[in-house]
Amino acid sequence: MAEITEVPSPFCGIGTDDLTIQVDGVALKVVKNGCAVNTPAFEQAITDTSPRVEGKEVSLAVAVAKAAALLKNTNQPVIGGCATDVNGMRALLALADRSGAVVDNMNFTSARNNFLALQDSGWMTTTLAEVKNRCDLLLVVGVDLEASSPRFFERYLWNEESMFLDDTGKREVIYLGQAPSGNASTSPNGQKASVFECANEDLPEVVAVLRALVKGNPVRVDSVGGIAVADLQAIADKLLAASYSVVTWAAGVLAYSHAELTVQTLSEMIKDINNRDTRSSGLPLGGKEGDQTANQVCGWTTGYPARTRFSSGYPEYDPYLNDSNTLLANGEADALLWVQAFNTDAVPPATNLPTIVVGRSGMAFAKEPEVFIPVGTPGIDHVGHTHRMDSVVAIRLKKLRESGLPSTADVLNAIEQAL
Amino acid sequence: MLIKLTGGAVYDPASGIDGAKQDIYIQHGRIIDKPTGDFKVDKEYDLKGKIVMSGAIDMHTHIGGGKGNIARILLPEDHRADPVARTDITRSGCGHAMPSTFVTGYRYAEMGYTAGFEPAVLPVNARQAHMEMADIPILDKGGYVMLGSDDYLLRMLTAKKDQKAINDYVAFTMQAAKAIGVKVVNPGGISAFKFNQRKLDLDEQNSHYGVTPREILQVLATAVKELGVAHPLHVHGCNLGVPGNVDTTLDTIQGIGGLPMHLTHIQFHSYGTEGDFKFSSGAAQIAEAINKHKNITIDVGQILFGQTVTASGDTMRQHANHKHASPNKWVTMDIECDSGCGVVPFKYKDKNFVNALQWAIGLETFLLVDDPWRIFLTTDHPNGAPFTSYPHLIRLLMDRSFRNDMLATLHPEAQKMTTLASIEREYSLQEIAIMTRAGAARLIGLHDRGGLSAGNWADITVYTDNADRQKMFEKPDYVFKDGELVVVDGKVVHTTWGTTHVVKPDFDASVEKDLQRYFDRFLTMKLGNFTISDDEITEDGRGSLTVHPLKGNVA
Repeated sequence: MAEITEVPSPFCGIGTDDLTIQVDGVALKVVKNGCAVNTPAFEQAITDTSPRVEGKEVSLAVAVAKAAALLKNTNQPVIGGCATDVNGMRALLALADRSGAVVDNMNFTSARNNFLALQDSGWMTTTLAEVKNRCDLLLVVGVDLEASSPRFFERYLWNEESMFLDDTGKREVIYLGQAPSGNASTSPNGQKASVFECANEDLPEVVAVLRALVKGNPVRVDSVGGIAVADLQAIADKLLAASYSVVTWAAGVLAYSHAELTVQTLSEMIKDINNRDTRSSGLPLGGKEGDQTANQVCGWTTGYPARTRFSSGYPEYDPYLNDSNTLLANGEADALLWVQAFNTDAVPPATNLPTIVVGRSGMAFAKEPEVFIPVGTPGIDHVGHTHRMDSVVAIRLKKLRESGLPSTADVLNAIEQAL
Repeated sequence: MLIKLTGGAVYDPASGIDGAKQDIYIQHGRIIDKPTGDFKVDKEYDLKGKIVMSGAIDMHTHIGGGKGNIARILLPEDHRADPVARTDITRSGCGHAMPSTFVTGYRYAEMGYTAGFEPAVLPVNARQAHMEMADIPILDKGGYVMLGSDDYLLRMLTAKKDQKAINDYVAFTMQAAKAIGVKVVNPGGISAFKFNQRKLDLDEQNSHYGVTPREILQVLATAVKELGVAHPLHVHGCNLGVPGNVDTTLDTIQGIGGLPMHLTHIQFHSYGTEGDFKFSSGAAQIAEAINKHKNITIDVGQILFGQTVTASGDTMRQHANHKHASPNKWVTMDIECDSGCGVVPFKYKDKNFVNALQWAIGLETFLLVDDPWRIFLTTDHPNGAPFTSYPHLIRLLMDRSFRNDMLATLHPEAQKMTTLASIEREYSLQEIAIMTRAGAARLIGLHDRGGLSAGNWADITVYTDNADRQKMFEKPDYVFKDGELVVVDGKVVHTTWGTTHVVKPDFDASVEKDLQRYFDRFLTMKLGNFTISDDEITEDGRGSLTVHPLKGNVA
């Protein structure tokens, strides 16, 4: 039995890299610094070790040949999921380039709320170490932060020491929209976060009013989305009084149409604050299951984020038309390759098309795909790289055990070679 | 396999050869002396009437790292105008202002370049910079690690730590980030912006640390020299783009007191405040100072007209310049108490007074600096223009009538504010070869690149002489990389993978103990997870590391 320290996690998105994990054969146990997201993700047992074709166990070579044969006779294959490490994405994009596929990261419809705002007007953002050492006011918009990243507050807000704050416990946390599900946002001094609840669908109006107040524009109503304008005025005043406020949101939970406009309003509000003689930055959340990795690698390989097609022989980006769910629903695709090396619950969408799954060992399917190739998980079964939610930091993932499972890159490179 | 390149006119400034007809022999990827005794040439290229230079080296080009990828993702409309289709031997991608990694490699090679160096590798983003560069085919690459606004260094300066301690930290960071040089961007200014300072002059204190840019330049230039790193401290100075910054730049040159220093994209730092528009050329003063101070090298950062995107670590100045964003969208990012970045699209217009004068200032600088070994041809890709405009820039330098014809079309007030029309100098082929090959290799400390004598790696470019230098330089007949033929008639015919050039200066291991404590207290990752291992560069079977000797250490 071995114990491995300083283990980085690809699961929580916030770059937790202080886990201690006990390795006993292929069994893993998180013995230090686990959380509700990371512990089960690391500890999940290996079940499948053998690829399957039509439900029958076959060798890797046979499965790869079958996958290649399925892709070879297609006009418009779709590669979905795209949840893997940097090398996995490199191989995925090489295969897509060769096969003329559409590449679509499974979280792209969420991330699109950010990309549309970014590509239209840009933004000012920050990273986790700046939050940890500098942030004196955190405004959380529309998201239950601790549910998705349980250790966010412990690691980045209630840290004992910080470079520039005398007492991190004096930081202020304000929730707008969704209320927190627990008490992680309560400071060690017992100071609770202020919560101004509204339905997320009301956020477009609420943040529009907040931005107007930051700019000093007159507002002629008393309340918006059930929140008193006086309360929003108090938030605006605090944003302008803070030395370095951080505004955070999760594009994925802004699940109403044209939520990109909410992201844009927040981003423009942050720019406004920076024009009012103080500093403020945005912190878009994400980075789970390789979504930042998919967008970064697709970005440098094609120029575009990970909803890009290769069917013309060169990359073409369209955040709507290349939505794999739409393509599948409209009968515009004729094969699906689903790549998901992190999460056994993230199974491919229901389809009658020939389906190849390159997935984490243990995936259970309502309908057995034509080909299933279980692969190792980056950061558990093989080394790799993943990008944190703040995108600028790439993490070196460790190999923790000898499982014999191939990596995503091994499998996708082999399929490409076989084409 | 023995390859012979027969009868070309060789321009090899590293060996002092200026256009002499010579044969070149290549074996096992390197240039060799003519074999003695009986030998059989496996492949001969008849280069009579051709011009032979070593592969060009871009010593300052933003080809890897987070800000470039932000620039890519920010500008889908720019890519759509320049799609690059897949071929049997090349990958698809996009071109124009900030090309995809694969296209970056192909297009550089197709212009006869065989190496490019990313000048702004943030320590905390170095892993990504190397991963991106690992996906650039054909080219060799390397990076200068960015220091000067990182909390650890500023904290050391506040605490008046001695030079030895700073040297250890610099050496550790160079090794951890796999760098071949050290860069500083707006010294202390990226940090100051996080404390809401919006400008920082050479002697102005960072409000938190009480440290000035001048002090930062002094300790970093000293560290680089004392560590024996060949490439001098690579400096993006204070006050980029600010009218009147010529004084800051002159003061920076004076103030470094003879230490080796490279001032990058100096065009953006050579502005006066004369004239009706309070914007004038400081190029003559800068060139005079460069000519006088032999410790200083520069690259120009020429601007050329058209759409591009600026990507810089200088958040303070990029934020100030966002007013000029075209199209109007821009990004700044504060990064990890380490650094920052700002991405602002720009469209330089020949009918715009400031842009037109910027163009002239860059060319004045090229033409007024005497020593081609101390000035380098850059557009600060993509900030002044995409690297694909180099052949056009070379023609501007080599062809006075072409240059003056262009000048005559610019904003009329700008024409009145430049001496360009009266400058007669035209660069020679040998001078171009110095700036883009031999000089660049010497400046970076590449001991076996940038020359055509035996022992050098066979990175070789062959051109057909053409009075239209733009046509000549945009379409080489042949390009060899490590002895392999990769380009014929300006098109990639074969792809290879270049190496990553680094240096490994020594440091006292005690610095890691301090840093480990520091990382645990303040940062968001463990020190052990911060350091890039050799495996990360080499494990894909394509990448390799080439470690260059330190000064005073050459075998």
